[in-house]
Amino acid sequence: MEFFEVISARFNYWVYVIIMMIGLYAMITKTNMVKKLIGMSVFQTAIILFYVSIGVKDGATIPILYHDQVHAGHHHDGHGEDAHHGPTESHGPSHGDNHETEEFGYPTRHAPDVVVDGDDFANPLVHVLMLTAIVVGVSTLGVGLAITQKIHREFGTIEENEIHDMIKSGK
Amino acid sequence: MVTAVLADYRGYDTMFETVVIFTAGIAIISILRRFTSADADSGSEKVYEKRPDLIVDTTCRLMIPIIQLFALYVIAHGHHSPGGGFQGGVIFGASFILIALSRDLQAANKWVPEQRVLNLAGVGILIYAGFGLASMFLGQNFLDYAILHKIMPASPIEARYHSMLGVEIGVAFTVTAIMYSIYSNLASKGTMKEGL
Repeated sequence: MEFFEVISARFNYWVYVIIMMIGLYAMITKTNMVKKLIGMSVFQTAIILFYVSIGVKDGATIPILYHDQVHAGHHHDGHGEDAHHGPTESHGPSHGDNHETEEFGYPTRHAPDVVVDGDDFANPLVHVLMLTAIVVGVSTLGVGLAITQKIHREFGTIEENEIHDMIKSGK
Repeated sequence: MVTAVLADYRGYDTMFETVVIFTAGIAIISILRRFTSADADSGSEKVYEKRPDLIVDTTCRLMIPIIQLFALYVIAHGHHSPGGGFQGGVIFGASFILIALSRDLQAANKWVPEQRVLNLAGVGILIYAGFGLASMFLGQNFLDYAILHKIMPASPIEARYHSMLGVEIGVAFTVTAIMYSIYSNLASKGTMKEGL
């Protein structure tokens, strides 16, 4: 029973480790180079899944402020009052801009009157990191496929063991 | 918001990410391209006329403008709603890939010949770096867009906001060009003559 609790407490970790190991297995054992590249993609997808899963918060929504939330201080409608519900912590996503510009000594036109509760929004940073990872993954996959095509043009095969035999026997 | 983080305080990361895919595009071209004329001739022998299928052709004629319009929407709304330069660029590149798939590679190459692809990719990075350098010459750090309000008719916060859009457009240029370049080079084995 304790064993299942250990697994279910960090369920996303286990899923990502299993997918990652499937990718690693394909990269190590398959001799076909395209299958190796597929294994590499599975490996990268596992890491993306892991990062996105740790950015999830229970009951949180996408980190976007609606227009009436941003201008809540100027015209007090129903949504504007909602934004001011008590002395919540203000380390929300949209608040950094105002502080930062004040530090550099620029005049700020909008007063920092919007109060954001960080628990209401999913963490965008992991998605940004994974956007980078996806783009780099596409680039490496493209270059890998191009190299595979080049190898096929040179050797007539993409099986790694056949290429090894060809190199050993001097073609 | 994701794009706002991407283009603002992870600006360096995103800029060099754009450089990474630019480099990948260049690498694929240089790996697959055959430079000797003897090699190039051997690939061009089997030229066959492919009649475009009526249903596929008509559907794609209808779809492609809508896809491109949607791509522009995604690019333009990246900094304050879901979307962004990478996503929109991939959609835009996919529309050119759809032309190449539904008709043939030559038809798509008429719209985006290789010279134009490489120019677009380079221009995208230059737009991004240009925003960074402009803010540097105005006395702030590289990619600190808020100072651009001196040359923009906007307040510092709005200057930041609009610079993010500009940067995203640069990213979208490069991503569009390189996505199509990767496809066309891989599908034609580097000859750019006929695709799948």
